[in-house]
Amino acid sequence: VNTLAVHTPYTVPVAMMDALQVTLLVLVAAGATAVVLIRAPVRQVLMLSTYGVLLAVLFLAFQAPDVTLSELTVGAVLLPAVLLLTLAKVRKKEQ
Amino acid sequence: MTPRQRRWIFLVAGVGLAAFYLWGLLGLPGFGRYPGPYGPAILRVAVAQTNATGVVSAINFEYRGFDTVGEEFILFVAAAGVATVLRRLRGERDRPAVDEAADRDVPDTSSAVRIVALLTTGPVALAGWWLTSHAQTNPSGGFQGGVMLATAFVLIYLSGEFLVFKRFSPIDLTDVAEAVGAAGFVAVGVSAVAMGLPYLTNYLPLGQVPGAVSSSGTIALISFFVGIEVAAAFILIVGELLDQTLLVRRRG
Repeated sequence: VNTLAVHTPYTVPVAMMDALQVTLLVLVAAGATAVVLIRAPVRQVLMLSTYGVLLAVLFLAFQAPDVTLSELTVGAVLLPAVLLLTLAKVRKKEQ
Repeated sequence: MTPRQRRWIFLVAGVGLAAFYLWGLLGLPGFGRYPGPYGPAILRVAVAQTNATGVVSAINFEYRGFDTVGEEFILFVAAAGVATVLRRLRGERDRPAVDEAADRDVPDTSSAVRIVALLTTGPVALAGWWLTSHAQTNPSGGFQGGVMLATAFVLIYLSGEFLVFKRFSPIDLTDVAEAVGAAGFVAVGVSAVAMGLPYLTNYLPLGQVPGAVSSSGTIALISFFVGIEVAAAFILIVGELLDQTLLVRRRG
């Protein structure tokens, strides 16, 4: 049995936590699939950003708040921003 | 090679991969059951040894500080690479961007975007600074804080003009800040060697209270340097890419 378990007034029942984690895993899988299936570049980037948020919440539910912060800033904000800039550059050239 | 042969090679390789994958999955420990001795051991001793209640930071910046130096330099080299690839070549001249398709319909930045960006710049910068300076007290640290600080600069770009962004983050200054951040981390490690201690030894006073901002010795210092390095690296990368989007470089 888990020897590291700590009980606080905020401790959530195990079944509830399991349900949350399973829900998030399914959402993340759906998000990743959506990123691959969407072919229009700008929409794909926006979906990628949404997927970053989902992944960040997943990390939080799995007790890794530090990774949540990294994923939020890099996966949900900066990576999409850099990709959007690249798309802007490429489009300018095409026109 | 005919398509038929190729398909067979793929099938054999695919079945092999699936078999190894399944074998690996079956050998995994049960969900949430961590079998290693390392995690529980470090949780028992970390707070007492380092006076840092942010145990993740204690691991990143002290127990496995050597790994983190390497990770930091990955980002450093990436930013240096972007700056090198996108530099102005000899014989190339900057030309201010002229809208080459003036008739296309480009919406102005809406006032909603401007206002939201303006209102959030201050809080985001503050949050970034707080994360960078509180690695020792909670699960934050220089990396997350540094990226958030860089985000504040991107918000300045969103809320206003590119020139304002450039004024807040001139490339020479971000170059220097990045180098200082990266060198600072290494310098903390080397200064321990200079005092006759192993590389990256935590030689600063640990403070009296575990979890106080002033506690944890070099952990807080290294997090500060990492924050500077990461913020500067990301501002540099975004700035260079914006340059590419808005400036046109031509030979002659």
